[in-house]
Amino acid sequence: MNYADLFRVTLPETALEVAALVVLIVDLGILRKAALKLRVAVAALLGVAGCGAALWTLQVSYGTGYSFDGALLLAQGGYIAAAQSGILILTALTLLLLIDSTFTRHVGEYVAVVLMAASGGLLVASAQDLLVIFIGLELLSLGLYILTAFAKQSGKSAEAAIKYYLFGGMSASFLLFGFSYLYGMSGSTSLPKVILGTYLSASNGGTPLFLIALVMIAAGLGFKVAAVPFHLWAPDTYEGAPAPAAAFIASVSKLASFALLISISTVTLHFLDSFHTTGFVTFTVIPAGVPRPSIVFGFRSIWPLILTVLSVASMVLGNLAALAQTNVRRLLAYSAIAHAGYILLGVAFYSWSNRSANAILYYVLTYGLTTIGAFGVVAVIERATGSDRLDSFLGLHKRNPLLAAVLGVLFLSLSGIPPLVGFWAKFNLFAAVLGVSAGPIPFALVALAVAMSAVSLYYYLQVLKRAYVMPAIDETPGNQIKAHPVTMAVLVAIATAVVVLGCFPALLQGWIESFYPIL
Amino acid sequence: MLVWTIYLSFAGALVLALLPKDKPALARWLSLAVAATGLALAVQGFIAGMGQGRTVLVDLPWVPSMGIRFLLAADGISRVLVLLTGLAAVAGVLFSWNIELRTNEFFAFYLALIGGVYGVFLSFDLFLLFVFYEIAIVPKYFLIAIWGSTRREYAAMKLAIYSFAGSAMVLIGLLAAYTTAGSHSTGLVELAHANLPVSFQMWCFPLVFTGFAILAGMWPLHTWAPTGHVAAPTAASMLLAGVVMKLGAYGCLRVGIALFPRGLDPWGFSFIGIGSWRDVFALLAVIGIVYGALVALAQTDFKFVIGYSSVSHMGFVLLGLMTLNQIGMTGAVMQMFSHGIIAGLLFAIVGRIVYDRTHTRQLAELETMHLSKRLPFAAWAFVIAGMASMGMPGFSGFIAELQVLVGAWMVNPWWTLVTGVGVVVGVAYTWRALQKAFFSDALPNAHMLEQEHEHNFAAITWPEVTGVVMLAGVSLFIGLYPKILLDAIEPAVKALLAGGVQ
Repeated sequence: MNYADLFRVTLPETALEVAALVVLIVDLGILRKAALKLRVAVAALLGVAGCGAALWTLQVSYGTGYSFDGALLLAQGGYIAAAQSGILILTALTLLLLIDSTFTRHVGEYVAVVLMAASGGLLVASAQDLLVIFIGLELLSLGLYILTAFAKQSGKSAEAAIKYYLFGGMSASFLLFGFSYLYGMSGSTSLPKVILGTYLSASNGGTPLFLIALVMIAAGLGFKVAAVPFHLWAPDTYEGAPAPAAAFIASVSKLASFALLISISTVTLHFLDSFHTTGFVTFTVIPAGVPRPSIVFGFRSIWPLILTVLSVASMVLGNLAALAQTNVRRLLAYSAIAHAGYILLGVAFYSWSNRSANAILYYVLTYGLTTIGAFGVVAVIERATGSDRLDSFLGLHKRNPLLAAVLGVLFLSLSGIPPLVGFWAKFNLFAAVLGVSAGPIPFALVALAVAMSAVSLYYYLQVLKRAYVMPAIDETPGNQIKAHPVTMAVLVAIATAVVVLGCFPALLQGWIESFYPIL
Repeated sequence: MLVWTIYLSFAGALVLALLPKDKPALARWLSLAVAATGLALAVQGFIAGMGQGRTVLVDLPWVPSMGIRFLLAADGISRVLVLLTGLAAVAGVLFSWNIELRTNEFFAFYLALIGGVYGVFLSFDLFLLFVFYEIAIVPKYFLIAIWGSTRREYAAMKLAIYSFAGSAMVLIGLLAAYTTAGSHSTGLVELAHANLPVSFQMWCFPLVFTGFAILAGMWPLHTWAPTGHVAAPTAASMLLAGVVMKLGAYGCLRVGIALFPRGLDPWGFSFIGIGSWRDVFALLAVIGIVYGALVALAQTDFKFVIGYSSVSHMGFVLLGLMTLNQIGMTGAVMQMFSHGIIAGLLFAIVGRIVYDRTHTRQLAELETMHLSKRLPFAAWAFVIAGMASMGMPGFSGFIAELQVLVGAWMVNPWWTLVTGVGVVVGVAYTWRALQKAFFSDALPNAHMLEQEHEHNFAAITWPEVTGVVMLAGVSLFIGLYPKILLDAIEPAVKALLAGGVQ
């Protein structure tokens, strides 16, 4: 065990934790008597600085990761670096949205919890060991429960937090249960060894046990990414949580969880890569005439099937349920479920080369960016009108043209209209799926996904229709919706990024490939 | 220079969106300047491109890792349709001169739509084509939903959903073709030369063709068109009928037929005389021609008459494409141009000149207004437009429909015979509308007469005169001298028939 190595590998996490402590000290110590506005600004800026520091340490600490006893615990570089950078950038953006918020007086604690949850996200993204995965997920989730409950005056917030917490606790226990079976079958908690063990034990007749384990794990991870049928927490949490917290849940937590799914899928295909010590491989020669075993159980065959089922259920149910929503936050929640469905399709049909990993990361990153912006707009409108129902968007183009333009760009991007980034993300992801296998089943699934995104246009247009087409209920001049300049700047920057990255898709793709070049 | 039509339109849209709201006159003149410059560029490009085949205008790597290029090029078909877009754009601005509500936003959406249309006609990369195709959908929605009339929100949403469903089908086809061809390139030329398997083309062709044909108003997926046309503000319905429906037809030709030519091969068996996708779509086109004409005959709303006539006329385009012979397909492209001009003219007369003064489109009410005396300009303009629409010799519609009918006869005489019925009905509905709206001698009742004296119609304005003269003049000019377009279209069609994209 090499503690210097561990320190080097966990530098970004350490930077975030230090920043969290600094925020607490400054807010509760130095600025205790200061005005709330100043405290919010300072805490948010310190948090952003912490994210920046972590991003910087990510650049300087290069290596293959941290191993213990010959098994990799935390990986570094490659898609993990891209995912971790994404987590830090998205966290910083959600912190900037805090500046205009009034839902809590305990800003120091809020920012500290966000930073700690983000460090959990970093751990999840890099973990290569079942125990580390679990610890990372719990660190992330505990932070999210607290953040959901942070608006103490609001009953909705408390209700959402309790629901989220109960669901989360249950799904964590499912996950741990599944992990324990995997450990029992393989005798190891290291991902590559677990995968290898499942191949071996599957051939020894351990299949039912293995299936139970996989279903349990799917339940646990499906909860994290809000896949149907483990999605029930999402609408309530998105509705009840304070807007910056909801944005954090919708973006950073999603990104970390999908990074974990990428890790699992990558290891599934590349599990032999990580055995550096020499070993021996046995070949079984099957004589001609003897039928080959038709199905080889193991991670490779059942796991994609489970993910496909989750994916189809999420796409269909998410999009159809979103049609009926009258509350924009719930609409965003169901659309998040639908988007998770598209991404899960990419995880289910995962390519040997890096193409799928990059396409999924591209999707989650840009989706996270867009959805943070969407929650920012919702927060501004909520503050002005006191409601997040569809009707509070009426006449937005008159009440704040710039905000209406931002909303238009973000929602059209979510529905996948070119030249915005959401379209490119979808195209890239679906092309990656079809690149893995061009059989009728992937074609049918991609066709379903494309058809469902056509459905999604309807509910996004419902919001835009209110913003642009229908007149405001209160037509008196002077009912302008005002936003804090910083919030507005962040929102405009996000919208600009959505347009620019969509017009030049190679920019972001090149950035991801600079971490994880396509072979 | 042709590519500047695209950039200029989008730049114009952006500038108009940022323009202060209290300067409607500035917005009008600015958008007229942008549209007119676009037309000038289109004319210049058309003249410069005479006698040339496909010329590449811009070719830049866009997403190098996936082989997607920003490839803009023009061949004879593109140049003709870009010219049409330029004409329709200018005419549309002229007939929107009286828009007072959120003027700058109206023209911003309008120019964004125009930019997308130019982009589709000039793209030679399937991905790029699709991007422009989708860009054109969103402004349509807002144009109809904000500035429209009769049931505008319903019509706008219907149109958006139909368009998006169609483009979803195209997107599936695009993804499928891209991956089946080996994920190297989305260029139209490369995909056409990728030797896509026949079995693949057999399912991908109908998918992509139907996806585009939704926007071309193919029966029975045409129902967005009449409601959309009726609800849209005049300029938007001119553009919808004039160029947006052509986007669909152009996609059918450039993507459906050129990339998946084997998809039109016989299935090897036939069922009640239908033995290939070609027969299927030709049948739908013929039904569309007759059905559209018959339904137009029964309408009580003046604009619905024109809306259904568009469905009928677009049927000629689809039928021409399905002939797969030189004369029929040339006719199809001619008909795209001709219908774009004539439908624009008809919608301008009905939607702007008549409706904005009478505030009704019900033929029964128009009957009592003696419009031929009170709006003689409108009446005579409609006479000319109506003659052009029903395919009188001397107008562009005649040569186009004749070519389509000849081409169809060469393949299957029954197509031509049934279509002939549609042509006759076409004469009937046009005369019926003309007679009822303008030349009826139904006496107004006493109450109406009273109103008539205190309520005179606003005078015809110069933008209206200019627009009518321009569109009618073009239709007449092309009718008398079709060679100017045919010289551009024929080589391009020949190249397309000879082996996908040259």
